[in-house]
Amino acid sequence: MSSPIQLQPDETFVLNVGPQHPATHGVLRVKMEMHGEYIVNSETVIGYIHRMHEKMGENKTYPQFLMNLSRMDYLGALGYSHGHVLVVEKASGIEVPKRAEYIRAIMVELNRISSHLFWFGAFVMDLGGFSPLMYALQDREHILDMLEAVTGSRLTYCYFRFGGLYNDIDDDFIDAARRFIPRMRKSLIKYEKLVTGNIIFRKRLEGNAFLSKETCRKYGASSAVARGSGINFDVRKNEPYSVYPEFDFDVPVYHECDSLARYMVRMDEIEQSLRIIEQGLDKLPDGPIMPAKKPKLIKPPAGDYYQAVETARGSFGVRLVSDGTKTPYRLKLRSPTFSNMHLFDETCRGMMIMDALAFMGSLDLVIPEIDR
Amino acid sequence: MIIEKTKLAFQNMFPTPESELSVSEEVTEEAEKTETDKKAKPEKTPRLDGVIECDYAVHGYHLDVQVDAEQLLVAVNVVDQEEFFIESITGVDWIKEGQIEIVYDFSRYDFDTCRVVIRTRVDRKNPVVPTITGIYAGANWHERETHDFFGIKFDGHPHLIPLLLPEDADFHPLLKDFKA
Repeated sequence: MSSPIQLQPDETFVLNVGPQHPATHGVLRVKMEMHGEYIVNSETVIGYIHRMHEKMGENKTYPQFLMNLSRMDYLGALGYSHGHVLVVEKASGIEVPKRAEYIRAIMVELNRISSHLFWFGAFVMDLGGFSPLMYALQDREHILDMLEAVTGSRLTYCYFRFGGLYNDIDDDFIDAARRFIPRMRKSLIKYEKLVTGNIIFRKRLEGNAFLSKETCRKYGASSAVARGSGINFDVRKNEPYSVYPEFDFDVPVYHECDSLARYMVRMDEIEQSLRIIEQGLDKLPDGPIMPAKKPKLIKPPAGDYYQAVETARGSFGVRLVSDGTKTPYRLKLRSPTFSNMHLFDETCRGMMIMDALAFMGSLDLVIPEIDR
Repeated sequence: MIIEKTKLAFQNMFPTPESELSVSEEVTEEAEKTETDKKAKPEKTPRLDGVIECDYAVHGYHLDVQVDAEQLLVAVNVVDQEEFFIESITGVDWIKEGQIEIVYDFSRYDFDTCRVVIRTRVDRKNPVVPTITGIYAGANWHERETHDFFGIKFDGHPHLIPLLLPEDADFHPLLKDFKA
């Protein structure tokens, strides 16, 4: 017979969360030093799905690299492609037709909604509620169908080209998008009643994981993580690019600095994206989707170029160092979740493990995007 | 305007005669850059330390600062004082010149936009720069990533082990002479 196990009052143990864990949304590992249910210290281990996209960028020509961008963040892929095409267009001085930019913005916003919907479902599932995921996926399905008809794929889009688009949108798409907007608005009311107003849900998240403005700044957080901490920062507004200055939309900012604030920011963003799509469809100009004259071979002049865009997960940046040849000399991809995830270790100290997992959910992690 | 303010703070870092010189020089250099002239002859003379105001529409950032590795912490302190947030850290391997460039990107949570690039060049054979984790805690992972890819040693880094590469990795894939 074994002797009874007794924990000493100040004894800690190491808990290994992951690499495969349902709450980490991918292959992420967190080593946690626990004291009972409280986290004393934690160390995040990433790199399990590292694919070295940046080296591929140096070996492939500019058009060949287009498809890599959508393999980084599989939920909001179009935003990443947008950043890449914008920086190459800026560097090589390619003019983009107005219609193409409008369609890009509409597509990126649709993709942002689908990404937020998936996050919404998965986040509530992390907290123990399964059914909202099914509702969210049902709405998301409409977006994926729409995007599939135009871009040819459901997740890993390769839709943007330097100077324009691969395929023009047709009346079917416009009809479907117009039908989708009221549907999504109705669903938002449903989610509000089902989840946001739920007392268990609110009690769980209110005051969970306080993130100060200063922490956000030191770690370079963006997206809802920063906006939930009272920082009014959205690249679409702060450094306007593409046709975003022509749209009338708001940036939701909450000052509570807790997980509920981050949740509220994302839910409000869905409505703002719907507004952009609505205006985009109304204002959509006629014309070509590719420029009349475009260099056959893309060779940006030597120099370095930077472009930031607001993706579903935050400020994504591409730094392109060109030496004037047909492949980039260096292509740095600054992924937003990398910075957002980094502050987890510092913030989760002293939290209970289930609160820390709720906090992790509120960061909206997509691991392939951290690892690149 | 934050751009002028930050630029002034950077200029104070460099001795006065040189900073005046680099200011007057940068105008011509800037004009050169925008024209196609630069394509024909790549910069042969190494760039002097100093601050250059760049054309945002072309390059996507406002201030470009080149410093010595010794002066790096001073420069990073300047951006910290002006409440910049850290965007990323990366390297570029200039194999022909035998140097590695370390590039720090900073930006601001503000509508008074200012993007700052701080760059420093070190010898390719012995790449060592001081860590900035003491100023920006978020530099930790960025520096580990740069260490993975380029083998740059960040002096004083608390935990410089592979981040994205396997734990026993002894190769640096983004060096130009890396063979898989």
